[in-house]
Amino acid sequence: MNKLNFLSPDKNNLYAYLYSGISLFSLSILLVFLNSFFSLDLTSFLPGTISYFLPLIIGFIGLHLIRIEYSGIKFLDIINKNINTNKFNALLSLLIIFAVIKSLPPLLSWFIIDANFAGDSKDACSGSGACWAYIKTWFNRFMYGMYPNAEQWRINLSFIALAFLGGVGFFATEKFKKYLTLYYVVVYPIIAFLFIFFFISGGPIFFDFSYGIIAAVISIIIGFFIPSKFKMYYFLIIPITIYILLKYVFFYEELIELGKIQAFEWVETGAWGGLSLTFIVSFFCLIFCFPVGLFLSLGRRSDLPIIKYISIGFIEFWRGVPLITVLFMSSVMFPMFLPEDMFIDKLVRVIIAISLFEAAYVAEVIRGGLQALPRGQYDAAKSLGMGYWKMHIFVILPQALKLVIPGIANTFLALVKDTPLIFVVGLLEIVGMLNLAKTNPEWLGFAMEGYVFASIVFFIICYAMSKYSYNLEQKYKTER
Amino acid sequence: MENRGITFGYGFLSQESSFDVQFSLIEYDGSHSYFRAYLVGLLNTILVSVIGIIFATIIGVVVGISRLSSNYLIERTAAIYVEFFRNIPLLLQIFFWYFAALRALPLPEKAEPMFGVFFLTIKGFFVPAFVWNNLDIFIYSVIAAIIAIVFVRIYARKKQENQGIQTPVLSISIGLLIILPLLSFFLGGVDATVEIPVIKQLSQTSFTYEGGLKLPPELISLALALSLYTATFIAECVRAGVQGVSKGQKEAAASIGLTPNQVLKLVVMPQALRIIIPPTTNQYLNLTKNSSLAAAIAYPDLVLVFAGTALMQTGRAIEIVSITMLTYLTLSITISIFMNWYNKKIAIKEK
Repeated sequence: MNKLNFLSPDKNNLYAYLYSGISLFSLSILLVFLNSFFSLDLTSFLPGTISYFLPLIIGFIGLHLIRIEYSGIKFLDIINKNINTNKFNALLSLLIIFAVIKSLPPLLSWFIIDANFAGDSKDACSGSGACWAYIKTWFNRFMYGMYPNAEQWRINLSFIALAFLGGVGFFATEKFKKYLTLYYVVVYPIIAFLFIFFFISGGPIFFDFSYGIIAAVISIIIGFFIPSKFKMYYFLIIPITIYILLKYVFFYEELIELGKIQAFEWVETGAWGGLSLTFIVSFFCLIFCFPVGLFLSLGRRSDLPIIKYISIGFIEFWRGVPLITVLFMSSVMFPMFLPEDMFIDKLVRVIIAISLFEAAYVAEVIRGGLQALPRGQYDAAKSLGMGYWKMHIFVILPQALKLVIPGIANTFLALVKDTPLIFVVGLLEIVGMLNLAKTNPEWLGFAMEGYVFASIVFFIICYAMSKYSYNLEQKYKTER
Repeated sequence: MENRGITFGYGFLSQESSFDVQFSLIEYDGSHSYFRAYLVGLLNTILVSVIGIIFATIIGVVVGISRLSSNYLIERTAAIYVEFFRNIPLLLQIFFWYFAALRALPLPEKAEPMFGVFFLTIKGFFVPAFVWNNLDIFIYSVIAAIIAIVFVRIYARKKQENQGIQTPVLSISIGLLIILPLLSFFLGGVDATVEIPVIKQLSQTSFTYEGGLKLPPELISLALALSLYTATFIAECVRAGVQGVSKGQKEAAASIGLTPNQVLKLVVMPQALRIIIPPTTNQYLNLTKNSSLAAAIAYPDLVLVFAGTALMQTGRAIEIVSITMLTYLTLSITISIFMNWYNKKIAIKEK
């Protein structure tokens, strides 16, 4: 039997050190656990300070005793390698473990145990915990803003339909993959706009237009079943035929005379709000800011001095000012430059302002990708006789954009996180609605619940986006 | 514009503003001009930006290094912090601190003093203030110490180049910074007394503290949110920078006999800083621009005072919005010029 030296534990008396160390470590955790969950202080007979720091000291000694290198026990080695490499690390690990144990009970009791879930008025919330009844009562407002309750299915329907149409790309077969870019860049935004204009806003759609879309959709669906040999002729003839049939045979003359259809009650944009508005604003800004940013970045690297300096000036201006002043400008300054009888909707102005603002950031990100490409790529493309546009579309941009996926994703995330700022012009998305609900005299004093709720919502959205961008990055990663 | 009866001109800047600002670094009330209101807003913006930059850098560096720790728990804690605070909109965080967290603080009469002199209350954070005699001599002594440090550094570099002997510049600098101001206390007649905030009853139910410095809750919540939010981005910059230094560099440095401290100071940090500085500059710029969100919680910054109150009173939208934007442009360009200069200074000197 070797002599035990508790100052420097070694492998020879492994189990003696191990058992004493683990029991001390468990004792320290038990002390803190009892203290925080059951407010039991087992060491209260000791003087205050010592009693307070006792778990730390015991745990520290325990971790010191089990710090044995190459013990041969797999679990112990993993612990030592990860949380117990030296004295300093052991202390920090202990502090973190204790902090987690200490903060669990208050968090649990606030979130779940003492919280009120049922009820529809302030009186239901008598406990010391969170009042989730508040969120439940205001849920519709947080999601849809001041949109009339009876009409909210229109928003749901549009979003479900748009999500479905947006997911089409995942199911596309190899044959249709090449059309996807066209679909997402041109067709989908138009469909989305029509959905939002027709369903959510309740605006009139002119019949010709909607006939065209129905014709296109039907012919695309039928198109899946047509042998590829005839596809060319099919897509030339059928859509026009369906269009004519729809317009002149199936529908009544009166409606054609009218020329437009307005199925739903008009809801002005001032009433939109909540999370749905966040989605609408983010969606359109994403769609607009990308092409604008792309052209700006190409402009900045152009050989034509006028285009170059205009692009530089534009980019540097938008990057130098805060978004809030841009929104101020769009709401108080911009209307002054318009003719008196012209009026542009608040929401449209906001979307334009945010798009231009983020476009400058997108431009800088894409420029980084363009600069990272070796000169050889440009020279090779030129030597094949490609012109400027051909070179960029087929050679340069596919490589450059692949490089900057993380940067673009970050910019898009920043955009989503910037949408609450539209409160400046009086549009209330989810954060704005929270601030409104907070001042309601019947529901005073529940600010915390509201902000926690909105934080969770935003966290889920942004975290999902960043994970998705990471997947994209991995998918398109090529060895260089 | 003419049809709407709007005239254009900057003459209004010298008119009397006749509105009051809650919190101001310089003397200001309603009898001062709009230009002075503009200065008040600008100074408040700069104040919160500087505070935010300092704290964001400190937190960011600590968290960034923690993310590289071999300790699993520390690494995870830092990662959770970064993911959490980065994915929540800044505006929401500001609202959270201002409307939810700081509203839970006690009233002034019920506040427990921290260390006997700090009072954290719902009306703000009251800290002791220094009352100086002969403050100018003290400032001169600090300036003298800084100049002396610059000379010591030049001398140390020359000595190292000529004789290869290293001088402990850091400890000499710290010593100089302590000794010279201390001397000014004993010889220069500088005198500082600490003024501790004392509770004072305003009316039957209303209390406040008198004396000392008052940091309004708007400033605290804004600075807190800005620094916690920006720190996550700085942490990622720091992590990328330190990871960007190749392992071979450290091994090479260790193999020529440098101590671990020297490896960090002479080999790793100079190379890591080259990667860290440019993206961190961007974050400083973002922080400065984001400080304009102050308008949402009524911290009297440039946007609230000038583009808010002054605009409502005068109705001169074009002039005021253009001045505000130009100011932010100038601030951004100033920071980026300074950081570019610093970046150039530490960049690789290619022959």
